[in-house]
Amino acid sequence: MIELGQHWEFIALAYGGTALAVLAAIAWTCIDAERTKAHLKVLEAARAARETR
Amino acid sequence: MSEVKQTHSEPGWFTRLAHPGLFLGWSRHIVIPLAGLSTIAFAIGLYLAFWGSPADYQMGDTVRMMYVHVPAAWLSQFCYALMFASAIGTLVWRHPMADVSQKAAAPLGALFTALALFTGALWGRPTWGTYWEWDGRMTSTLVLLLIYLGIIALWRAFDDQLKAARIVAVFTLIGAVNIPIIKFSVDWWHTLHQPASVFRLDGPTIAPEILTPLLAMTLAFSLLFMLLHLVRMRTEVRKRRVRSLELAQARAAKGARP
Repeated sequence: MIELGQHWEFIALAYGGTALAVLAAIAWTCIDAERTKAHLKVLEAARAARETR
Repeated sequence: MSEVKQTHSEPGWFTRLAHPGLFLGWSRHIVIPLAGLSTIAFAIGLYLAFWGSPADYQMGDTVRMMYVHVPAAWLSQFCYALMFASAIGTLVWRHPMADVSQKAAAPLGALFTALALFTGALWGRPTWGTYWEWDGRMTSTLVLLLIYLGIIALWRAFDDQLKAARIVAVFTLIGAVNIPIIKFSVDWWHTLHQPASVFRLDGPTIAPEILTPLLAMTLAFSLLFMLLHLVRMRTEVRKRRVRSLELAQARAAKGARP
């Protein structure tokens, strides 16, 4: 790993904090997308069942 | 006859772009390539930030914090510009995709503004000797974060999303006055924050070996923003469909009751 000098902890915290926040945003976006997709699938199946009755 | 044929042909590019149902169709082909491009750009950007960039002659290695701070700050303002354009789309054309774009962008804007403040504070401590100063640039960026949070709260305050979109659009247009304040705060007032060194009329004033990693990281963050915005827009379109199906289900249940 590269030498980050005497203020390495500030650099590490800036990159670590940014990585954590970005990864959390990616995870939240993916989970929200999948959950919504699954919910929509259930509702569309229920609607199709209602229409065939 | 040819005119009749044209009417029944494939929808035009704008219709494909703007119709919620068609948007779900074409945008799904972009998600994976955009994710791939973003990953590659981050790999190159991070390599350049840690191994390709020399230490600055004044700031030393703390200059590496610029490679996350500047892209976050850029996106905090770019996101607002996108919301501003979408707000016009909502108010002038009343287009549902403009509403969707506005709503999908607000939490991303808040995230990148918070990151700009966080990385800026960390950069400020070793460079200026303080995490925070109530100067023009920092204060106006904090105001931008509060505007984003206000917009998110407004979206959540209304059940009727069409009504919410119009109110949020007006609020967004009013809040846009803060963007030139952020941009020019370093020129209008004497501040701790340095003046613009990348986006200048006379070109960047940064050495190429520091500018290259900065541009690579800015591209990586911008691609990530586009990806997240696109996926969030797709989810929002589906959420609206969920809401209308739930209403139809509730109406059907009410009608079936004796």
